[in-house]
Amino acid sequence: MTARRLTRPTWLDRVSDFSTQAGRGWRTVAAKELADHVLSRRFLVLLAILGLAALATVYFSSQLIRDAATQASGSPALFLRLFTVTGDQFPFPFFGLVSFVLPLVGIAFGFDAINGERSLGTLPRLLAQPIHRDDVINGKFAAGLLVIGLILASVTALVAAFGLLRLGITPGAGDVARMIAWVVLSIVYVGLWLAFAMLCSVAILRAATAALVAFGVWLALSLFFNLVASLLAGALAPAAGTAPDALVANARLEQQLTELSPITLYQEATVALLNPSVRTVGVVLPQQADRAIPSTLSIDQSLLVVWPQAVALVALTVLCFAVAYVIFMRQEVRA
Amino acid sequence: MATSALDRAAPGSRPARTRSRAKEPIITARGLTKMYGTFTAVDRLNLDVYPGEIFGLLGPNGAGKTTTILMMLGLSEPTSGEVRVAGLDPTRRPLDVKRRVGYLPDDAGFYPTLTGRQNLRYTARLNSLARGTAEDRISTVLAQVGLADRADDRVETYSRGMRQRLGIADALVKDPDILILDEPTVAIDPIGVAEMLDLMRRLVQGRGIALLLASHLLDQVQSVCDRVGIFSAGRLINVGSVDELARRYGGDRSEILVGVEAAPRTDAAAIGARLASQPGVVAVEPRPMSGDGDLNWALTLDPKASESETRAAVLRAILADGLLLTRLTRTSPSLDQIYRTAVEGHLATKGRVEVRSTEPGTGTQTSGGRRPRSVGRRASRRGPSARKGERR
Repeated sequence: MTARRLTRPTWLDRVSDFSTQAGRGWRTVAAKELADHVLSRRFLVLLAILGLAALATVYFSSQLIRDAATQASGSPALFLRLFTVTGDQFPFPFFGLVSFVLPLVGIAFGFDAINGERSLGTLPRLLAQPIHRDDVINGKFAAGLLVIGLILASVTALVAAFGLLRLGITPGAGDVARMIAWVVLSIVYVGLWLAFAMLCSVAILRAATAALVAFGVWLALSLFFNLVASLLAGALAPAAGTAPDALVANARLEQQLTELSPITLYQEATVALLNPSVRTVGVVLPQQADRAIPSTLSIDQSLLVVWPQAVALVALTVLCFAVAYVIFMRQEVRA
Repeated sequence: MATSALDRAAPGSRPARTRSRAKEPIITARGLTKMYGTFTAVDRLNLDVYPGEIFGLLGPNGAGKTTTILMMLGLSEPTSGEVRVAGLDPTRRPLDVKRRVGYLPDDAGFYPTLTGRQNLRYTARLNSLARGTAEDRISTVLAQVGLADRADDRVETYSRGMRQRLGIADALVKDPDILILDEPTVAIDPIGVAEMLDLMRRLVQGRGIALLLASHLLDQVQSVCDRVGIFSAGRLINVGSVDELARRYGGDRSEILVGVEAAPRTDAAAIGARLASQPGVVAVEPRPMSGDGDLNWALTLDPKASESETRAAVLRAILADGLLLTRLTRTSPSLDQIYRTAVEGHLATKGRVEVRSTEPGTGTQTSGGRRPRSVGRRASRRGPSARKGERR
C-alpha cells in the first residue's frame, strides 16, 4: 500500500509528462503518416481523380453559365453556380461529385490505419515507444484529414480560379465566405468517414474486411437508406388518402429519418450553403411559401440553417472516435 | 505436494547468491498474475532481474513469456500482483518505463517502404531524441548489428535475419537501461547469432544494462545467460544459473563421453560392447559429434558407482585395445535436458493435481474446461506415465 502511494505520480510528474510528451507523440505519428500519404499511390490517385473531376465540371458549368449569362445577370450568387450547375454533357455539378467522392476518400485513407500496422508487425514496436495509445489514432487521423483537406481546398481554389478566368465574374465576399464554409463542412464530413474507417480498422483485424465493411455501410446508406426511410415513414405515419395533416406528418417523419444518415445531412447543408435562396431544409407547406418574397439569405443566416446538420456531423465523428478509442484501449497488443 | 515444493524452490526465494550483487534489482515481479477469462496465462510470478546481468526466460510457446514482458512494459494490465521496472509501476507510468526499456517484440515488423535508417529514425523521434544525437546513435547501432552497409536500402529488400538485426538495433536506439528481447535470434544464421550474443554480452558488461531474453533456443541461451528462469504453463518453475539448474535437475544422473580415433579397421560395435562391460556402466549409446571423424559414445553410469573408478577402467580398456583416445569427459546435463526434465515434471504434477481435483463428481470436465491451450490436457494425458517414471 505504502509502496503504491510512493510511486503514484504527483501533479508535477503529470505536468512535466504533459509538456514533454503528451503533445508530441501524436505529432510524430502524424508527421510520419503525412510523409507516407504524400508519397503513396492513393494520394496520387485521389489527386488525379479530384483534379480531373474539377476541371470537367468547371469547364461544362462555366460554358452553361456563359450561355445563360445574359438572362442570368443580376441573379444572386452567380459565381457559386459554378459549383452547382449541371449541364447535358456532364450531368454532375462539382459539389455533387465531391459529395460522392469524399466518403470513398475518407475510407481509402483510414481502413488500414491500425490493422495495417498490426499485420506489418509494427504495432507492438510502436506501442513499446513512450507514447500513449491514443497518440497512434490521433496522429493518423490528423495526418489523413490534413492531406484530404489540403487536396480539397486546393481543388476548390482551382475551380474558383478557373471559373474566374472563364466567366470574368469576381466573387463577392459572401460568395467566398460560402465557399470557405462549404470546404470546412466538407472536411468535417470526410473526417466522419475517416473516423468511421479507422473504427473499422481498429475493430476488424483484416484490412480487406475492414474496407469491405466500410464501403458496404456507405453503399447501404447512399442507395437504400432513403428507400428504407420512406417505407418506415409509410408504416409509422401512413399518408392515407389526401388528408393534409397525414401527408405532412408522413413527409416530416420521412425527412427526420433520412437525417439519421450523414449523407443526407451533408447534402442538405451543402445545398443551403451554396444556394443563398434556400431558406430551410425542412418541409415547406404551400401556405408558408405563399406570397413569400423570393430573396436570398445572408451568409450568417445560411450558417444558422445548416448549424444543426454541422453539429450532427461533428457528433457522429466524435462518436466513431470514442468507440474506436474504447476498443483500441481494451485490445491486446498481440493480435 | 510436489507442486508446493516447486513453488518454494521458485524465484524470489533464491536470492542473488551466485554473484556478488550489491545492486538493487531493476525489474521485480511479485505475485504477478494475468488471467484471460478463466485461463491463467501467468500465474503468481516472482522474479528479480539485476542490472548488469543477462536473464533468460525459457519456456515453450504459450508458457506466458510474452505476456509477462507485456506486463513489464505496461502494454497489458496484470490481473493481480505487481511489477516494478526501474522502480516504476508500468501500469501507472507507462511512458517513463517505456522511455527506459528497449523492447524487441517477437516477430517484429518494420515499414517495408522505408529504409532501415528511416525506420530507426521514427523510433528515435517517438522517443523525442534530439536530431543530432539520434543520427549518431542510429549509425552506431546499425554498425553494431552489422547493417551499416544496408542501412539505406528499403526494409522490403531485407532478409528475415536482417530484419531481426534491425529489430535489435531498434531496441537499442533509445539507449535503454533495460533491454527486453523476445526471441531475438530465431531467424539469424549461426555466425550471426554468435555475433549478436557477443554484442549483447558487451552491452551488458560495458553499460551495465539488464537484459531479459525470452527464447526457446536453449543452446544459445545457455551460452550467454547469467541466470535463467524456466517457464511452464504460466508458472516460473525454476530460477538459477545453468550450473545450479544442472545440479538441481541432473543431480543423480551422470554421464561420461568417450571418443576414439576412427582407424580403417576399428570395429565400432566391438568397442561399444567393451565399454558396456566396464564396471559401473549402465548404458552405452553411440553419439556422433559433428566436426570430427571420431567414434563417440555416451556412457550412462550407475549413480551408486564411483565415477572416477569407471573412468579409470574405461581408460585402461581403451589403452589395452590399442586404440587412440580422443575424448574422455564428464558431461553435465545440457540446458535442453534440464528444461525438458523440469517442464515435464511440472506438467506431470500439474496434471496429477488436476485429475485428482476432478475425480469426485463430474469427471475430467474441469481440466478440459475453458482452456485455450492444450497444456492442461496434454499434462493429464501424460500424467500416469510421468508419474511412474518420476523420481522422489
